[in-house]
Amino acid sequence: MQVEDTLKNDTSKELLSIYYTAGYPHLDSTLAIAEKLEQAGADFLEIGFPYSDPVADGPVIQHSSEVALKNGMTLQLLFQQLQTLRSKVSIPVFMMGYFNTVLQYGVENFCKSCQEVGVNGAIIPDLPMYEYEELYQEIFERYGISNIFLVTPQTSPERIKKIDQLSNSFIYVLSSNATTGKNLEVGEQAEQYFQRLKDMNLTNPLVIGFGISDKHTFQKATTYAKGAIIGSAFVRLLKEENAMENIIPFIQSIKNP
Amino acid sequence: MSKYQVNEKGYYGPFGGAYIPEMLYPNVEELQKKYLEIMQEESFQQEFQDLLKDYVGRPSPLYLAKRLSARYGANIFLKREDLNHTGAHKINNTIGQILLAERLGKKRIIAETGAGQHGVATATVCALKGLECVVYMGEIDIQRQAPNVARMKMMGATVVAAQSGSKTLKDATNEALRDWINNPVDTHYIIGSVVGPHPYPDLVARFQSIISEEAKKQLAEKTGNSLPDYVLACVGGGSNAAGMFYHFLEDENVQLIAVEAAGQGVNSGESAATTALGQEGVLHGSRSILMQTDDGQVVEPYSISAGLDYPGIGPQHAWLYKSGRGKYVSITDDEAMQAGLLLTKLEGIIPAIESSHALAYLEKMKFQGHENVVICLSGRGDKDLDNYMKYFGF
Repeated sequence: MQVEDTLKNDTSKELLSIYYTAGYPHLDSTLAIAEKLEQAGADFLEIGFPYSDPVADGPVIQHSSEVALKNGMTLQLLFQQLQTLRSKVSIPVFMMGYFNTVLQYGVENFCKSCQEVGVNGAIIPDLPMYEYEELYQEIFERYGISNIFLVTPQTSPERIKKIDQLSNSFIYVLSSNATTGKNLEVGEQAEQYFQRLKDMNLTNPLVIGFGISDKHTFQKATTYAKGAIIGSAFVRLLKEENAMENIIPFIQSIKNP
Repeated sequence: MSKYQVNEKGYYGPFGGAYIPEMLYPNVEELQKKYLEIMQEESFQQEFQDLLKDYVGRPSPLYLAKRLSARYGANIFLKREDLNHTGAHKINNTIGQILLAERLGKKRIIAETGAGQHGVATATVCALKGLECVVYMGEIDIQRQAPNVARMKMMGATVVAAQSGSKTLKDATNEALRDWINNPVDTHYIIGSVVGPHPYPDLVARFQSIISEEAKKQLAEKTGNSLPDYVLACVGGGSNAAGMFYHFLEDENVQLIAVEAAGQGVNSGESAATTALGQEGVLHGSRSILMQTDDGQVVEPYSISAGLDYPGIGPQHAWLYKSGRGKYVSITDDEAMQAGLLLTKLEGIIPAIESSHALAYLEKMKFQGHENVVICLSGRGDKDLDNYMKYFGF
């Protein structure tokens, strides 16, 4: 499926995206979870590739990364696991992780592998805009891989406009300046910030992440944005026994009216 | 513009930059825009110089170690950073950064620390200025370095145990970065070495450059020539070496030797010899050389010296290494411990084990009897007595 079909359609449908760490809780759980999430009604996915030093992440995702690495997950293995992705999953899939892992794999290699397995784009929080533009944009575009940028309440309007120009799937809007796994408190300030972004009429759809954990926070976020991303709350669920069976009820508890 | 100094984009050759998530961008950008201007203000310079003189005790002496010189057949000068307040070069940077933080209007200071020397130096300047201080320290390091934890607490700092990852310096740095992400407005992060996103490597090097500024003058007074043949310093992240090399970088006839920690041997699997074992990569916000797996996971280093067991080196060092301007070598635990004992016996100076690594390299050099050598004695050995005692069985 093309990213545009999901993210840029004109329907008022609110999109739910789920983040989880590849190789967690088990080395080979990556694809099974993706299939289950699509079946449950998730609209797109972010599959995290683990890194030893994930500075933007809170305790839950740090823990999942540590376990995944202990399980033996590597970027190379993940791409092998994703070879059959597109025979099983049709919703858009993004990969999320830190730049050093991509750098060692080779940025061009990474984009090529994404293209081969049918991954639509990448979210690399510590790849700065300047370096992306200067060194890597051409490579990403050559392989048709979207690079997703983050904006925070502190990001200036000029920078947001620049990010909008460089983006071609969606803009990842951080609910607050925080690491992952904090609860979203939509106070007046946050609402003003979301409204400010909405009023900018950017080309790319906005998707809010960080702090979204349940139906309430999902609905709050999608008042202002095309979609919202749940990460830590879902990774926490994966830790439970019978996690696979709980995926569908979890997604439905958020999406169903 | 010197080819060894940072360029306007924040790079040293291919190394450096600011590989940070968007959440840190406003803080880092603020620093990038303001650090040079603030550091050049007359009132800043005045206060910085006064504190270095009256509080830190600078200038630190340049001492001709005669018995050590006789042993090696060269004129060996020790730059005595061990005589600074708090016992190491770390205070030069924390004094500078606390003045910077004040002028940026920050109310809260965070720092990372490994062995605790930078944590103590940060807690010290926070006490001096009455600012809130939170120091992140690996849980394992907290157990290993109880006296330094006590010092920080006495000075009013909160010491937070980093419980993620390997629970040592790199994880303490991760925790400090996470704190900064979550406290974007009122907090300044005092990084302790020439690592981190631009402008940190440059600003820390500038604050530490007082070491070579003084050494050059002192050497001219003592020998009639401000330029030695060799300059040696140990490298973990590389802040004392960056300061010791700074004013000699353009004098290409001065050979710069950076000594890394080989731990139990470069190929023993227990080492911190970053240039020997590392590849180019990104850690803690800058592109440099770091110890990592093929998959890009950061490898936990080892050295008997807690100040040298960092898996990377600052981007300027990566550039000095790659460009060939600096010679990067390594010294094992055993060689360093012997060199520490030798200095103690010959000169009555107990060096920090970090500094002992630089001293140990003298054994591997060949002199003709007339060369002038400057070694940065980055810290004193009081904090390492336990280690020396265990090692030699005193």
